[in-house]
Amino acid sequence: MSTLSRDEVAKLAGLARIEMTEAEMVDLSSQFGTILDAVARVQELDLIGVKATSHPQPLENIARPDVVQPSLTPDEALSGAPAQEEQRFRVPQILGEE
Amino acid sequence: MALNYDEVVAKYDPVLGLEVHVELNTESKMFCSCATTFGAEPNTQTCPVCLALPGALPVVNAKAIESTIKIGLALNCSIAPYSRFARKNYFYPDMPKNFQISQYDEPICFDGYVDVEIETEEGPKQFRIEVERVHMEEDTGKSLHVGGATGRIHGADYSLLDYNRAGIPLVEIVTKIVPGTGKYAPEVAKAYVAELRDILRGLGVSDVKMEQGSLRCDANVSLMLKDATELGTRSETKNVNSLRSVERAIRGEMLRHAEILETGGKVKQETRHFQEDTGLTRSGRSKEQAEDYRYFPDPDLVPVKPDAAWIETLRATLPERPSIRRKRLKEQWAVPDKEFEAMVNADVLDIVEQTVLLGADPTKARTWWLGEVSRIANDKGVSITEISITPADVAELINLVASGELTDKLARQVVEGVIAGEGSPSEVVAKRGIKVVNDDGALMAAIEKVCAAQADTAEKVRGGHLPAAGALIGAVMKETAGQADAAKVRELLLKYLGQ
Amino acid sequence: MIYKNATEMAAALAAKEISSVELTQSHLNRIGAVDGDVKAFLHVDTEGALAQAAAVDADRAAGKALSPLAGVPLALKDVLAQKGVPTTAGSKILQGWKPPYDSTVVSKLKNAGVVILGKTNMDEFAMGSSTENSGYGPTFNPWDLTRTPGGSSGGSAAAVSAFEAPLAIGSDTGGSIRQPAALTGIVGVRPTYGAVSRYGLIAYSSSLDQAGPFGRTVLDTAMLHEIIAGYDPHDATSINASVPSVVAAAKNGDVKGMKIGVIKQLQGEGYQKGVQTRFTESLDLLASLGAEIVEVDCPSFEFALAAYYLIAPSECSSNLARFDAMRYGLRTGDEGGASAEAVMASTRDAGFGREVKRRIILGTYALSSGYYDAYYGSAQKIRTLIIQDYAKAFTQADVLVSPTAPTTAYKIGEKVDDPMAMYLGDVATIPVNLAGICGMSLPAGLAEEDNLPVGFQIMAPAMQDQRLYQAGAALEAALSSKWGGTLITKAPALAGGAR
Ligand SMILES: [Zn+2]
Repeated sequence: MSTLSRDEVAKLAGLARIEMTEAEMVDLSSQFGTILDAVARVQELDLIGVKATSHPQPLENIARPDVVQPSLTPDEALSGAPAQEEQRFRVPQILGEE
Repeated sequence: MALNYDEVVAKYDPVLGLEVHVELNTESKMFCSCATTFGAEPNTQTCPVCLALPGALPVVNAKAIESTIKIGLALNCSIAPYSRFARKNYFYPDMPKNFQISQYDEPICFDGYVDVEIETEEGPKQFRIEVERVHMEEDTGKSLHVGGATGRIHGADYSLLDYNRAGIPLVEIVTKIVPGTGKYAPEVAKAYVAELRDILRGLGVSDVKMEQGSLRCDANVSLMLKDATELGTRSETKNVNSLRSVERAIRGEMLRHAEILETGGKVKQETRHFQEDTGLTRSGRSKEQAEDYRYFPDPDLVPVKPDAAWIETLRATLPERPSIRRKRLKEQWAVPDKEFEAMVNADVLDIVEQTVLLGADPTKARTWWLGEVSRIANDKGVSITEISITPADVAELINLVASGELTDKLARQVVEGVIAGEGSPSEVVAKRGIKVVNDDGALMAAIEKVCAAQADTAEKVRGGHLPAAGALIGAVMKETAGQADAAKVRELLLKYLGQ
Repeated sequence: MIYKNATEMAAALAAKEISSVELTQSHLNRIGAVDGDVKAFLHVDTEGALAQAAAVDADRAAGKALSPLAGVPLALKDVLAQKGVPTTAGSKILQGWKPPYDSTVVSKLKNAGVVILGKTNMDEFAMGSSTENSGYGPTFNPWDLTRTPGGSSGGSAAAVSAFEAPLAIGSDTGGSIRQPAALTGIVGVRPTYGAVSRYGLIAYSSSLDQAGPFGRTVLDTAMLHEIIAGYDPHDATSINASVPSVVAAAKNGDVKGMKIGVIKQLQGEGYQKGVQTRFTESLDLLASLGAEIVEVDCPSFEFALAAYYLIAPSECSSNLARFDAMRYGLRTGDEGGASAEAVMASTRDAGFGREVKRRIILGTYALSSGYYDAYYGSAQKIRTLIIQDYAKAFTQADVLVSPTAPTTAYKIGEKVDDPMAMYLGDVATIPVNLAGICGMSLPAGLAEEDNLPVGFQIMAPAMQDQRLYQAGAALEAALSSKWGGTLITKAPALAGGAR
């Protein structure tokens, strides 16, 4: 039986940027056993030498010419913005740094 | 007691690692057709794709792939017959999708090198910088931090985001670790970035303007004791945005690391930010947990498999390596070191070469571009490549002077005319009615007048004291408003005075 | 008129027996009468639909050449962006969002003059098989309002089944068109991956998602299929080839000499008795029409469900990262100087439902460092094996068949608390998605035990979509003549409906 601890759920929720209550984390942790057991079946087969498929169609080298097309207008671009100022998206203070 | 730089490099060996991000100068963005114009009004160059609106999909810019392969070839890399885009997943407000499309374990170019030469106490010395990989990715948007005391991210009340830059093609060039540079580490790093900049400019794939952020350097530095076998802990300094800063940042980090090690401390593996004003780095906010980017092949994009014949076609179009070209031109033109350095710094190699290729004398071409044309460009506050006079104009001008149709002084007026938009040099000459006074009668009149006015001097010359003629010639030139040919004046004057 | 097939409506429009405005208005009336019970629509665009219909009528009056379905109304799954019309993907996180652009499917529909009545309910971000995971409440099965219509395209299927629209668009990532078609007694096709552009289709799992048509007959479905299919340069995974002639195939239903492969792994244990009975009956019917029935072995299908529930969540964990409260959609927790990071986390908690969170967490886990190879990597290899199984099976048969879903429609709430039980309902449809091929579900009759519709699934190789229609039309004709009309004409009348 696979498990995912409450702490692991908390770490994953952090990576996925989802706030979770204690109850939600415990709840998810308890459901994950069955789900992980089911998906872990992919490890049952001997897959050595089997190629991974990430695209169902064998396409390659799809690119577009370097030609400018009209952009959205700033009004359209900002039309869904929860907040805006000076034709920019206004967002709360950013803590992290990159 | 902190060690000084000489003491640091006597005791420790620095190890470098450099990551350079280059914005390509494609017309459109990496994965959408928005324009890439620098300095446009905020959010005027955005679309569903680069704003990551629900449902939008990326399609790769073919030119970006071509430019990246060219860069790889110019850096002596192998070009991968098969490469893929991967998603680098992390949340950040300036990155609309909250993942960056990049390349992970399948970069398009790998295993290259760049040779750089620096001046050392023992003369010029070459260092080979090995390039681990060159890969494609996309730039982020720009944030403006509002409120707070410093205007920086910390203490800001909120931020304003402009996504014009989001999705501009970026190429990341990553070196392998660079050991063995010793006390020259800062200079080698600077020379490497300068060489990269020149190579990229030569390829015409990027504007490579560090001040505009189209070329950015992250510098990894660590120190190890001279006899150690294990690498020290490195710091990564970001935001190093000029050649001089590369040098300063590395030197600063070497000193900072040494001070920590000397006082028994441990260098923290962290991201640091270079500050132009102080030349020091400051610590970034440390994260509670190591990032886990969860890279996986981007299912929206298909593999890139460049055709081998196409790669060879691109290889054949590569320009001469800038460092090799510089050597060649310096020799061909017989330019002294100092002057050649001035040409490189003034960024006139290309135009001087073009002028020479049009038949002009190299020394004359250099003098015109570095002298009169640079002066006018300076006055106007524009760069020499932006000013409206072409190598063809300058070549024609030099020709006119050589054939005696213009004096140097008249030629300067012609340059002004060309820049003012009056046409080519010969057109300016015609329009302004500029011509060398070759009319012996007019010249003789001037000579007689000058000799009468300066009878004493004229007498000296008549008596055989030739150096005195200079003053008379100058006066005649003045009399004829500079339109006379000085050699002709001299000839007639001496004849008039019986010499 | 609303009880007619789309082809019949199109003929009446062409003959000017009815105007598109009248036809559209009758459907709007029907929606008004029954959708309070069925809840197929999240948004009815009365004004937009009537305007579009009026435009088609004007074009027809002006004698312009029109597409075959011009003026026929359609229900659009809320997963497709439509400019200016609320588009939520069934999620609270997108409540009120109006796209500034049209998805390619919507552009094609508009160009063809197909009238878009509104946006239909769905499991949030297409994650689910019952439409119960919608952020806006469930849709009810018109055959029995206490049951689910299946999902995730449950709203679209229910709309067609309840005569609210003759045609609808859905999307199919693991069976989300075929399974609800089966559960509501209509025809649904998941085209070959890459045949219909994904541009503007809000992504759940990029390598599996594909939009496709619903209709009440095989021919109606084919007509819509031809309109929405075709190469799109805005989707890098779009196939640049001509659209298979599905309409011609639907008009020429014929299985004489056709080899039909029954997949050993997709029947028997776990399949409801009535489902199995109807399936076998249809096979006998096909054999009586001259088809050769063979059994094929696809051993890796046993692992398809596991592979799917790793690949789809992994891709979704990345695809859904863009819903972060910065540029569009919901924003919560933005008070008291909360940081952008905190607002993102708060919004994603408030805006995403339970199943979406569950899959994001599962996908984040499967991609995280240390687990990638064991989970995501292995799943991608299973995918290769499934493709190989299909390739082999298609050397033995022209099309492959199975029941579409193991059971008929289940009660609302029956499986909500047991995600695994819900996932098992996709066991027969998922292999098609993993392999990127095409599949159809068409009605095979009612199960004796509950009098609810059973679906018959046909699968064909990539870009051989016409085979689905050729076989499907033959089976449909044989079944209809047996029943004295298509299955949908046997559906019970809805309260509030005229029927
Ligand atoms: Zn764009």
